Amino acid sequence: MKVWQSFSLALKSLALSKMRAILTMLGIIIGVAAVIIIISLGDGIQDYVNESFQGMGANLVAVTIKGRNSSRNIAEEDMYHLAAENADCFSGVSPAVSVYGATVKAGNQTFEDTTVTGVSETYGAIRNAVAETGRFLQYVDVARQRKVCVIGTYLERELFNGDALGKTLKINGMSYQIVGILEEKAGSTSYGDDNQVLIPYPNAMKINGSSQIDTYYFSAVEGQSARAKQMIENRLYRTYEDSDAFFVMTMDEVLNTYNKMAGTIQTVLTAIAAISLLVGGIGIMNIMLVSVTERTREIGIRKAVGARRRDIMGQFVIEAATTSAVGGSIGIIVGIIGSVLIGSAFDIQATPSVKAVAISFVVSVTIGIVFGFLPANKAAKLHPIDALRHE
Amino acid sequence: MIELRNVYKIYPMGDTEVHALDGVSLRVAAGEFVAIVGRSGSGKSTCMNIIGCLDVPTAGQYFLQGVDVSRMEENELALVRNRMLGFVFQQYNLIPNLNILENVELPLLYAGYGSAERHKAARTALKRLGLGDKLRHRPAQLSGGQQQRAAIARALAGNPPIILADEPTGALDSRTGREMLRYLQSLYQEGHTVILITHDNTIAAMAQRVVRLEDGKIVYDGPADRYSALAVFLEDSGPEEAQQ
Repeated sequence: MKVWQSFSLALKSLALSKMRAILTMLGIIIGVAAVIIIISLGDGIQDYVNESFQGMGANLVAVTIKGRNSSRNIAEEDMYHLAAENADCFSGVSPAVSVYGATVKAGNQTFEDTTVTGVSETYGAIRNAVAETGRFLQYVDVARQRKVCVIGTYLERELFNGDALGKTLKINGMSYQIVGILEEKAGSTSYGDDNQVLIPYPNAMKINGSSQIDTYYFSAVEGQSARAKQMIENRLYRTYEDSDAFFVMTMDEVLNTYNKMAGTIQTVLTAIAAISLLVGGIGIMNIMLVSVTERTREIGIRKAVGARRRDIMGQFVIEAATTSAVGGSIGIIVGIIGSVLIGSAFDIQATPSVKAVAISFVVSVTIGIVFGFLPANKAAKLHPIDALRHE
Repeated sequence: MIELRNVYKIYPMGDTEVHALDGVSLRVAAGEFVAIVGRSGSGKSTCMNIIGCLDVPTAGQYFLQGVDVSRMEENELALVRNRMLGFVFQQYNLIPNLNILENVELPLLYAGYGSAERHKAARTALKRLGLGDKLRHRPAQLSGGQQQRAAIARALAGNPPIILADEPTGALDSRTGREMLRYLQSLYQEGHTVILITHDNTIAAMAQRVVRLEDGKIVYDGPADRYSALAVFLEDSGPEEAQQ
């Protein structure tokens, strides 16, 4: 008996009792759909995060300086120097001085959770912070410590109803003129990069009352992140002679760490979802055992007219595999629709991958074959006379 | 063609043993029409199972076309059944979810025929039995007589030399039953070896030769016309029992 004959026979017997078929396949449907949804959402989140990192500058190297409680300190000129001397490795550097506890005021509105950072004119290129309207900070702004700033779209919308260019806002009581609006980055929400004010870094140091620059951002030449990191560390070690006094992190490392973590979470969740595939397989086995008992006489007839053990075996294994394959296909459809729906609810681009679909289909068919084996073997071992006499 | 040599079939039954066949020796030549008669429990069903290669004897030998099939294993027996034997059962034994054509194709399917050949042979057999217009019907949509004709068509489809009919009229009214017997007779006239198992002496008389079993032993083996004359003496235990 050919495989496709068993296959069409199996489809027929599925069509014969649709309710039972659906119930039998339910476990597989749920399992496959869950696996696909989890993988798609996981991939979607990962893409989203990767994109966000790209937005921050993929070749970014962040340097945090804690210092050594001594007067020993690296000058910003030294950092500029380092970047300039190794142009094959660095494409830019900017200090970033966070203004702690800054209040931003405009008119009668006060914002206390707005991030105020002092940066240099190169910061825009390094962090992909582009002025959409107006201009970014320029060298003269920084050199002359002019009271100008660029702001994120959230502030523009909330403080100035979308018309902020040229207006002034107050940072800790000092007036700053808005010369540019940054491109939207994170949906103009109050958390994230759209709720920020960038000012020249000498101004920020003055507000903080400190001569210390705690953070530098370098941008490395493509593929040179690791070397850039090494160079910065070497340079900083020369000054501080203590590797605990600073911390250098490349975006590559962050991404890798994140991806590894996300991958682990996704694997664990997929494994949990796969348990329902197992349960589905047991469901199929259960129904197949019932089916073998119900069809004992049919098995007897088939044997009487010349079916060998492996014919009967093949018939029932293929029937189980067909059941789970059909269930798997329905599960794939449910999973794809589910991923898109859930993805759009959470604003994530969850596109089911070919890999996820292929894996879950193969797994569901395999489950059918594995769990169909026991009932099929039971059927194949029936003695023809006993089977024929069975009522 | 068929030769049973001192065949025993013994079933353990608690502490004792039941000898369903107790030293049966029987030769059937090719092209004979033999009725095996006996009351329920006489061993005729066991005899038919062994002749039909559905079961193997406990002791003794069974030669089918000169080949000892009594020690064959299951898959070999399946092959012998497929090529040598066509079964007609009392309960028709058609598979309910297959249509008539598919049912008749079944032996050909296991013989490895391609689908075109299968269709052709099954259609021919069904047409011959007057069911050419019922190919796509399911067994439940047919009358008992039609179902039994489909079963005969299935037995014929692979053109096996031996047709084994086990109480083929048992579930039919007498008129339809006679019709079935006429089909069997015509198969015999075409050269098939036909073996008919029945409890009914009048049906047995339609055969050419009668073998009567009692308690697992052959008590009569001879021409059907002589059996009819003797039957009244052989049946000394009152009215016929119903078949099991």
